Amino acid sequence: MSTVAETTTGERSSARRSEKKAGLSDRTRGERRLGWKLAGPAFIVMLLVTFYPIAYALYLSLFNYRLTDPAARKFVWFQNYITSLSDPLFWKATGITAFITIVTLIVELIFGMAIAMVMNKIVLPRKTLRTVVLIPYSIITVVSAFSWLYAFKFDTGFFNHWLHFLSFGAFDPTYNWFGGTWSSLTIICLSEIWKTTPFMSLLLLAGLAQVDRSMEEAAEVDGASWWQRQVKVVFPSMKAAIMVAVVFRALDAFRIYDNPFIMTGGANNTNTLSMLVGQTTVSQAEIGMGSALAVLLFVFVLIIAAGLVRLFKVDLTGGNK
Amino acid sequence: METNKTKWGLAGASVPIMLWTLIPIVWIVATSLKSTTALADQQQNVFGNFWPKSISWDNYSLIFTGGAKDLFVPALWHSIVVCLVATLISVVLATFCAYAIARLDFPGKKAILITALTVSFFPVIAMVTPLFNLWRILHLFDTLPGLIIPYITLTLPLSIWILSAFFQQIPWEMEQAAQVDGASSWQAFVKVVAPLAAPGVFTTAIIAFFTAWNDFVFSSNLTAARAQTVPAALNSFTGASQFTQPTGAICAAAVVVTIPVVILVLLFQRRIVAGLTSGAVKG
Repeated sequence: MSTVAETTTGERSSARRSEKKAGLSDRTRGERRLGWKLAGPAFIVMLLVTFYPIAYALYLSLFNYRLTDPAARKFVWFQNYITSLSDPLFWKATGITAFITIVTLIVELIFGMAIAMVMNKIVLPRKTLRTVVLIPYSIITVVSAFSWLYAFKFDTGFFNHWLHFLSFGAFDPTYNWFGGTWSSLTIICLSEIWKTTPFMSLLLLAGLAQVDRSMEEAAEVDGASWWQRQVKVVFPSMKAAIMVAVVFRALDAFRIYDNPFIMTGGANNTNTLSMLVGQTTVSQAEIGMGSALAVLLFVFVLIIAAGLVRLFKVDLTGGNK
Repeated sequence: METNKTKWGLAGASVPIMLWTLIPIVWIVATSLKSTTALADQQQNVFGNFWPKSISWDNYSLIFTGGAKDLFVPALWHSIVVCLVATLISVVLATFCAYAIARLDFPGKKAILITALTVSFFPVIAMVTPLFNLWRILHLFDTLPGLIIPYITLTLPLSIWILSAFFQQIPWEMEQAAQVDGASSWQAFVKVVAPLAAPGVFTTAIIAFFTAWNDFVFSSNLTAARAQTVPAALNSFTGASQFTQPTGAICAAAVVVTIPVVILVLLFQRRIVAGLTSGAVKG
């Protein structure tokens, strides 16, 4: 941001010397105009395609409005919000979403860090590993969901047979993973973890690459163990990267939709908030209620974002200076 | 000796990582190669119901020439058209925007970047409800433009963000140096600026395309039959009769849409990594 500082001091000093002022402010004004001419269209399109729908949702959420009966549309103030917030189904979906977010975040942080550390130091299959790790990122989430669904289904899958073999016959090969809430959630989380850990480990790897090697070596000379070196030197110096990865992942996980939709369709209490919004809007055609739920989800995401950013004191735009 | 030990230890550690990454991919390929009878009968498969004893291409003929053709082939075209158009619009707009952010000094620069970041965290489903209603009024429901517009929400902020980070690393002084050396501004642009900026623009386009290609929320809620993209179509596959599962056909279709993307990753691995992590970690 040094350029801004230069301009302001430049402007201040030029106020005294009027001759210089004309030239400088002309140039500054021209640059500003050109800047907005170039950046403006993208900015306006971005606002139009995102903030307009959100504003429209805010408006619609104040109506009792069913698509199948548009004539009965009625302004009801905050009735939809009161109904949602007092509905146990809403809180159940919120709980499930929070559970998935927390579990996947913790597992991915540990797993992503381990993978990043191997990628950082590895010599031999270096390029192959880096390429292979990126593959899940490029797979469509729905495809990943189907792959894990079919792998764990007891009729078409292989996983039960492998577990049966590895446990010397103790595991029942006809176990139905999709018959209960917790076993279903396990597979949903596994698929989500598989798909998104690569992104996490890449962010962490970029952080690891910036750790000062000499500090780590100094700690080693001083007799610090491997674990002490990680905890006292490596993790603190890549704190920013860890925080950014956590914020990105938490906000992404909270809007989970594809995996549970494909695997359970919300059966066995595995409905997430995003799925609830979709069902209310499309299957039940309750536009007013769906909008209220959408706004609530949006508010949750804002709260999480604000909370995490404040907690970690991260400047997400830091890299883009 | 110590380093040699570490070297082999790390090589050993990479094996489970690669297996964990690859097994679900190999599994979906294996399932797509199973005949209808092999899908129902474990005796016809090896490695604990993993790989079929005899390979069958039935599922692939089903989605390209057989009963599932009318569902899959149009969906494939819709995906390609919608994702390419959304990517093109976003990258063009973002290139101007990012150039201005990287090179010019104007108020509101930071606001644009923060808006882009905020928008990319939007819960996309929250946009579905208002669009669902609006598209019905505007007759955009179940049309290709009705998908391209929301896809720009996914691709534009991402493109602005990644491209600004790329452009900020470009040594722009070289443009002036070329002009000092007697090149016209057009020559300086074509010979110096464009080659420097092109890799960033290209990488951004790939990442934006991936993001649009992955979408399921918009396409499953804002289309019905005429504009479905592949992820939504995969979900609406049905078996040959009402008593058979569409497992094989879904896996074959999944493999078809996965291969081109995996090839892109293999070819441009380093650039994609640079793009994904740019701007995020330097703080």
